Amino acid sequence: MYLVYAFISGGLFGAGLFISGMTDTAKVQGWLDVFGNWDPTLAFVMGGAMIPMAIAWLIRQRRTTSLVGTPLPPAPSTKIDGRLILGSVMFGMGWGLAGLCPGPAIASLSYGGPSLYIFVAAMLVGMAVTPFLRARLDRPVPAE
Amino acid sequence: MHIDWIWGLIGGLLIGTGGAVYLLGNGRIMGASGIIGGLIDGSGLDTKWERLIFLAGVILMPILLMPYYGQVDTHITNNYWVLAAAGLLVGIGTRLANGCTSGHGVCGMSRLSIRGFVATCCYILAGGVGVIIFRHLLGVI
Repeated sequence: MYLVYAFISGGLFGAGLFISGMTDTAKVQGWLDVFGNWDPTLAFVMGGAMIPMAIAWLIRQRRTTSLVGTPLPPAPSTKIDGRLILGSVMFGMGWGLAGLCPGPAIASLSYGGPSLYIFVAAMLVGMAVTPFLRARLDRPVPAE
Repeated sequence: MHIDWIWGLIGGLLIGTGGAVYLLGNGRIMGASGIIGGLIDGSGLDTKWERLIFLAGVILMPILLMPYYGQVDTHITNNYWVLAAAGLLVGIGTRLANGCTSGHGVCGMSRLSIRGFVATCCYILAGGVGVIIFRHLLGVI
């Protein structure tokens, strides 16, 4: 059953990204480009997505397990560390450069063409090397 | 007439409903970078089928909807250097920060997660600054 939920969820996510126009890099960059021809679409997508999600979080509080019986996510961490900031700034730079974040990149795999493959390949390489970068960030600085 | 925002809102509602199904159905947070990243770095292989089936749904639905739209132009750049740099930044950044637009933005902020708000502010600001630098100052995008 959990695979059925995963498929429905992925299908809704993919359909939503497609219909909303978020796989159009010009729309994403248009939203980020406050000094250009500003495109407000992304704000409606984000706002629209948060409505059902907020309701789901409210329902979550009344339940002890998910529908398939697995534990529900614990309360969110409140730790703001350098990694969160550095990672998000790096992500934002890449997002602005190409107009793509991970969800739309996957959703447009069937029609994005060679340019998209380059982006996705580089993204997967980045994801693969991150555990090593994390280990490096964790290593204490040696004292002289 | 400009009705893009209506489609944005409808699409957003679908995305949020997808996140709600993933949360209440499977007890998991719908974050694209986490779902993909866990498969790539091996940290999520114990739930690989759930992840793969989710991604199959993400790829399949646009294929099914495409006939009603005809052609969809993604306006993606042809500059492979820009694409490679952007891909690396997105891959590393989202995994370091443990989330992207879906995980930190949609799922995080809707539960009033402070990390979600901080991450979202950072990537939107960085994205905005990035567009200013790379489009208006350097002219590479």
